[in-house]
Amino acid sequence: MGKIKDIHNQLLNKEISAVELIKEYLANLKVSENKLGTYLAITEEKAIADALAIDKKISNGESIGLLAGIPMGIKDNISTKGIITTCGSKILENYKPVYNATVVNKLYHEGGIILGKCNMDEFAMGSSSENSAYKLVRNPWDIDRVPGGSSGGSAATVGAEEVVFSLGSDTGGSIRQPAGFCGVAGMKPTYGRVSRYGLIAYASSLDQIGPIAKNVEDCAIVHDIISGYDKMDSTSANMPSTKSLDNINRDIKGLRIGVPKEYFGGDEKVLKTLKKALAKFEEMGAIVEETSLPHTEYALPAYYIIASAEASSNLARFDGVRYGARDFDQNDVTDMMSVTRDKFFGKEVKKRIMIGTYALSAGYYDAYYLKALKVRTLLKRDFDEAFKKYDVLITPVAPTLPFKIGENIKDSITMYLGDICTVTINLVGIPGIAIPCGFADGLPVGMQILGKPFSEELLFNVAHRFEQNNDFHLRKPEVK
Amino acid sequence: MNNKYEVVIGLEVHVELKTATKIFCGCKTTFGGDPNTHVCPICLGLPGVLPVVNEKVVEYGVRTGLAINAKVPNYSKFDRKNYYYPDLTKNFQTSQFDLPICENGYLDIEVDGVVKRIGITRAHMEEDAGKLVHSGKTISSSNSSNVDYNRVGVPLLEIVSEPDIRSSEEAKAYVEALKMILTYIDVSDCKMEEGSIRADANVSIRLIGAKEFGTRTETKNLNSLKALQKAIEYEVERQTEVIEDGGVIEQETRTWDDEQGITLSMRSKADAHDYRYFPEPDLPPIILTDEYIDNIRRLLPELPEARKKRLIEMDSLSVYDANLVIAEKFLADFYDEVRKSIDDPKLIVNYLMGDYYRELVAVGLDFSSSPVSTKDFSELLKLLQEKTISGKIAKEIIPLMVKDGKSPKVIVEEKGLVQISDTGAIEAIIAEVVAANPKAVDDYKNGKGNSIGFLVGQVMKASKGKANPGIVNELLKSVLDK
Ligand SMILES: [Zn+2]
Repeated sequence: MGKIKDIHNQLLNKEISAVELIKEYLANLKVSENKLGTYLAITEEKAIADALAIDKKISNGESIGLLAGIPMGIKDNISTKGIITTCGSKILENYKPVYNATVVNKLYHEGGIILGKCNMDEFAMGSSSENSAYKLVRNPWDIDRVPGGSSGGSAATVGAEEVVFSLGSDTGGSIRQPAGFCGVAGMKPTYGRVSRYGLIAYASSLDQIGPIAKNVEDCAIVHDIISGYDKMDSTSANMPSTKSLDNINRDIKGLRIGVPKEYFGGDEKVLKTLKKALAKFEEMGAIVEETSLPHTEYALPAYYIIASAEASSNLARFDGVRYGARDFDQNDVTDMMSVTRDKFFGKEVKKRIMIGTYALSAGYYDAYYLKALKVRTLLKRDFDEAFKKYDVLITPVAPTLPFKIGENIKDSITMYLGDICTVTINLVGIPGIAIPCGFADGLPVGMQILGKPFSEELLFNVAHRFEQNNDFHLRKPEVK
Repeated sequence: MNNKYEVVIGLEVHVELKTATKIFCGCKTTFGGDPNTHVCPICLGLPGVLPVVNEKVVEYGVRTGLAINAKVPNYSKFDRKNYYYPDLTKNFQTSQFDLPICENGYLDIEVDGVVKRIGITRAHMEEDAGKLVHSGKTISSSNSSNVDYNRVGVPLLEIVSEPDIRSSEEAKAYVEALKMILTYIDVSDCKMEEGSIRADANVSIRLIGAKEFGTRTETKNLNSLKALQKAIEYEVERQTEVIEDGGVIEQETRTWDDEQGITLSMRSKADAHDYRYFPEPDLPPIILTDEYIDNIRRLLPELPEARKKRLIEMDSLSVYDANLVIAEKFLADFYDEVRKSIDDPKLIVNYLMGDYYRELVAVGLDFSSSPVSTKDFSELLKLLQEKTISGKIAKEIIPLMVKDGKSPKVIVEEKGLVQISDTGAIEAIIAEVVAANPKAVDDYKNGKGNSIGFLVGQVMKASKGKANPGIVNELLKSVLDK
């Protein structure tokens, strides 16, 4: 499996052509995808056409982008012009956007080659990718287990080395938790760091697009490309894109690492692996201390209220009137809209729309939505305090190892509790990167490194240094 | 109306702001156009799009707030108003809920010479919806409906009055005063026929002297002043009847049926929407500095009331004339421009509102669509002042100016309409006329003074109307009295 820079050099040195490379990846992907269910659409024709264009550029001696010829997967809730974008939902079956998300344009501009749209939990609602309306995604390390979610397809496809990198989206852990479950690196950037224009919203105040790659360096390269101010997104921060790659090798001696005790209540095997990783950091010269984020216990309910409230409004537009699926058996528009939504939205989506509608209703708003906003403020304060003392915080990505398919799907509460380590970060808006920090029972264990707003460069640096002192990212699952 | 009762009215006026582009995207706001041609992914609410606030909309909102004497807070925000209707593309309308762009203003209105202050609760920015086009005459008789999203995202300002209005005449005066201000500050065309201003009326009645308000109904979508007045009058009559018959008024939303001239129940309070307002997460709050607000205040044009005062005090116009001039901003500006070169306000008003206005009406134009420039109009008045032309000639010239937009000087020259003030030339004509009309001359000499009128007429006729009538009179007298 190549790294971006290596492939780039091979292409420049004409050791391989982009078409050869892409054909090889596609051939592998089609076999592997059959077992893993990672894609909802494979864009073979476009990929080969794009690769041809890259080869032409190279042979003409024109300059090419760093991502030129690099195969990538895009989560299916990110708008891609002319390429089916379903959000893993039947309500958008066959929906072809007329425009590209800003991040997609940026990747295309650098020469990135899309191989397909990654499977996901419907509208990014879920933590196991079992809520895809089309098919399951399987964990490449154990196909009886979930890859995590909602960006399960994006993480599994990188884990199985079907592509070099992918884009996911993270509303409550949807990049980090699957990255952790699949043993790859996934960054949830600071809210506002990466444009959301073209990301089909689940919860607007929490959603962020981020990169997933097999190693930290590639993850940083993609982040540097997709980040930066976008005038199309009013919530995007007026800052230039990151320059993580330039800072990725800095020494972390003296780095102050806080370990919030509230995050260490999970599975013993996970905790043991984490502790080993923390010892490694100490070995590398970092200072590791236990700390506390006292309002952590309120984060999960606050998250589910805010996310569901926003979702209830964001998903209102899927009504069969303008695009997507429509029930044709109704006699008037009101019935058509309501039957369409009932028929083509999945159970989990309908559940969250109902929760959100309830939370925003007259008489309940103050008790739920407003209270959740207050919790959000308290959580922010927790982190502000912690970052006065520490450069980064380190926690597990999830309280458990990747669980069995079907194990949690009937029990929402257990499923929701699995998000306990990740949701707070979205409520607070800070960046967090997940990387593998070891294995237990042959399954990867994810570590989450958190930093202040807009500290992505530091997080890539810390994660990269850790990676340099381990070989977890070099392991490859044998999909069977 | 039964005079036991007092009418209580509050108006919500929706004003379309005349920005070039929509409130959250770059689409044109131009009226008309083929269905769904002024649209883009953003106003169509396609999956994944995000709004970006048009700064002009905020500026116009602030300008309006300042013009209606409202407070403009430093912090305001957008909210989502959630409801399902196919004329919306997102099934929510981005609007403002608890923190609007301006609050606590007022307007003074005048009905039958009495000035009254009407409170304005708030004004908030929001996006317009699309238009359903039904195949049949009504929604229930239609087999299908199409939807045109050209209007979606056109910026609106909803201006909500206090329940201070007490009659349909006051309601009309309030909307007229509001329209006048909005056109003066140039934020809206206020064309009711194009729907760029429309009103919802909250109407209730109560026994005179009662402290509590009666139960109100809200009548929607009144898009002409006539409809507004008629709907209010109908509601008052209907509510009076219900109460007189021992019934109770239901709190409900009603709609005005222009054809039948009645209001009809649309939905009861029980069916009222719960709009589930919450802060628009895709838009950061609007933070306005004092400097920004003061700057807009500084650039605010002279408002109608101030202008009226100036015309009365500085130009000595009558209240009646001043009201005529300020009624339309275009006219008031026209007057001011002409006034720069013509130092006779009364003369300006007389011609503006007299011969000129009559001619415009006759050819179906109004002041703003007339081709006559302020420069040409001033020139006309100057020709009059210099006695180069008579009032009679002016009357002939005006239609030509309106017709071709030609300058009065050119018309005068082309048609040879210059007034003859040369006494020698006039004396020659008089000599001819006197010689040709011995009877009239005799009559005059025999004391029939009015026969001079006939002779003047003959002189004017002989000069083709160009002789200066004052000089003719004078010279004729001196000839006859010799
Ligand atoms: Zn548009």
